[in-house]
Amino acid sequence: MSDSYSNPVLDIKGLRTSFYTDDGEIPAVDHIDIQIHKGEILGIVGESGCGKSVTSLSVMGLIPSPPGRIIGGNILFNGENLLDASEKRMRSIRGNEIAMIFQEPMTSLNPLFKIGNQLIEALRTHRKWSHATYKERAIEMLNLVGLPRAEELLHAYPHQLSGGMRQRVMIAMAMICDPKLLIADEPTTALDVTIQKQILRLMRKLNETMETSIMLITHDLGVVAEVCDRIAVMYAGKIVEQSDAKTIFADPKHPYTKGLLASVPDIRSKTNRLFSIPGNVPKPGSIKRGCRFAERCQYAMDHCFEQDPDLYSFNNGKHQVRCFLYEKEGESAHESTITSS
Amino acid sequence: MFAYTIRRLFMLIPVLIGMSILVFSIIYLIPGNPAQIILGQRATVEAIAQVEQQLGLDQPWYIQYFDYVGGLLQGDLGTSIKTKVPISNEIYPYLAATIELTVVAIIIAIVIGVNAGIVSAWLHNSWFDYIAMIFALIGVSMPIFWLGLMEQYIFSVQLEWLPSTGRYDASTVITPITHLYLVDTLLQGNMAHFWDVSKHLILPGLALATIPMAIIARITRSSMLEVMRSDFIRTARAKGLNSFWVVYKHSLKNAVIPVLTVIGLQTGLLLGGAILTETIFGWPGIGRYIYDAINYRDYPVIQSGILLVATIFVMINLIVDLLYAAIDPRITYN
Repeated sequence: MSDSYSNPVLDIKGLRTSFYTDDGEIPAVDHIDIQIHKGEILGIVGESGCGKSVTSLSVMGLIPSPPGRIIGGNILFNGENLLDASEKRMRSIRGNEIAMIFQEPMTSLNPLFKIGNQLIEALRTHRKWSHATYKERAIEMLNLVGLPRAEELLHAYPHQLSGGMRQRVMIAMAMICDPKLLIADEPTTALDVTIQKQILRLMRKLNETMETSIMLITHDLGVVAEVCDRIAVMYAGKIVEQSDAKTIFADPKHPYTKGLLASVPDIRSKTNRLFSIPGNVPKPGSIKRGCRFAERCQYAMDHCFEQDPDLYSFNNGKHQVRCFLYEKEGESAHESTITSS
Repeated sequence: MFAYTIRRLFMLIPVLIGMSILVFSIIYLIPGNPAQIILGQRATVEAIAQVEQQLGLDQPWYIQYFDYVGGLLQGDLGTSIKTKVPISNEIYPYLAATIELTVVAIIIAIVIGVNAGIVSAWLHNSWFDYIAMIFALIGVSMPIFWLGLMEQYIFSVQLEWLPSTGRYDASTVITPITHLYLVDTLLQGNMAHFWDVSKHLILPGLALATIPMAIIARITRSSMLEVMRSDFIRTARAKGLNSFWVVYKHSLKNAVIPVLTVIGLQTGLLLGGAILTETIFGWPGIGRYIYDAINYRDYPVIQSGILLVATIFVMINLIVDLLYAAIDPRITYN
């Protein structure tokens, strides 16, 4: 375990991705550090617009440019800095070593091509095999994701499939080249609850059988609780808390994490009103200094509005919190985050 | 797909009936008595009555209509008043001339228009995009007769590179087989004649291609831009496909339906409405044929010409509809 911890599959260091609009620079992702280890499922949690998807697209090298641009940091994939990689190299990584599935299974498959064509296309791009082998592998993958009558399915068009089936196809397509890292951007948000469960179990199963690391992006704490080993909580382009899943649920430290957990409905609770964090997520770039959560934080102190807090560590750096409340208690993880800025 | 095709063919029947009624009623829309027009101003009443009887004009209109449609179904398009020849015997060479010119023009328009639109969308807001779209704007606003005259002035009169009028040189003798001279000269293996015919097609072909090319380029660009924002395009990129495949496979097929619609409509317009271009370039096409018939009040020719052009228009749109279904499986599904 310690060996794989020292060599993460994905090591994002001080990533900064900004969008340039008529209103000036909008920092969507601001100095993010994330590590994902072999066979691990990392959940990135946060509200809409906190930079989760931008983080994942940055890793894929698919930030729409213009207006977006990665302006700082490193993204090390098995030690190779993806930000220095050529477009050709990135293409050989995309879909092959790092694959991605998206939120909208209904629109993420091309409506005019058969499932088989789209599955095999992913394979043909990265493997030079015979057509029979491609087909064999496609059928194998469809079976693996639990789709019946795989052979027939190869000749079906996306509109003939339900949302859950399409998302399974998307997963089969993403996993077909046996990637080392799977990025799943809200993979279950558009599906109904029973299908959500099935898809999550499927991802967990693939993670166990194929040893694929997964970066699971979601706003749904129920989803992360179900499958994640570790959780990073994002707020307004920054990671505010990061730890293993158990700790986050049992001992949340950051006021935002606490708020998120408190706003999950609990069927056993007798209170009528569900807790909600007051205010809205600030528009990216609107807060120039101080902690970005300060305005909504019930514990906010004066200097929270003046200074941006560092990450403070607990439990030998396994639990990190970006909040002044823990300034004295935790050890500063400052050194590790400041290096790339 | 088969059931869809059959259904679509059945839907043609009312359209064709409607067309035949409209064309038939042209007789009644022309001022004056057709028999009088045929015989001229000084015809006697007896002579007029005799001609009316010959033409069946003394019958009630519905009998006349069924006679007319019955004739059409047997391939009888009537007889030209001017030449006294059955129209079905003389109309084909004109039609072939127009078809040949239209096909050349629409191919030029599609190849250049579609690709310019694709590249403009691909590199949108680049200098290529700006220049292509400025040209497209000029293209749609260009008076084609003026463009034709300028082409003739520059390439025929000044540079003497290309012939200005006709389908082939006076010295060339082509034995018609299909009356599509590009095909005929190839069938006869006469490359000198083929080249001669090709040269004659360039200027009118370019002039006719201009407007469709510009419209196709603009539609392709906007349709491609729309599609390239789709989720499935992001999926295709995430698979590691290169941009060329993403654009020409995943985007183009999705973007092509509005483009096909425009191509169908423009082809129909070229087939029926190229009178001005045909006149400027001395092209003996169907537009000229109908135009001359109008001048001569040769109404059977007008009727048959319009009917033929309209039928071709309907057929092209049928083909476009079937192509939709071939491209998009969701169309036949519902």
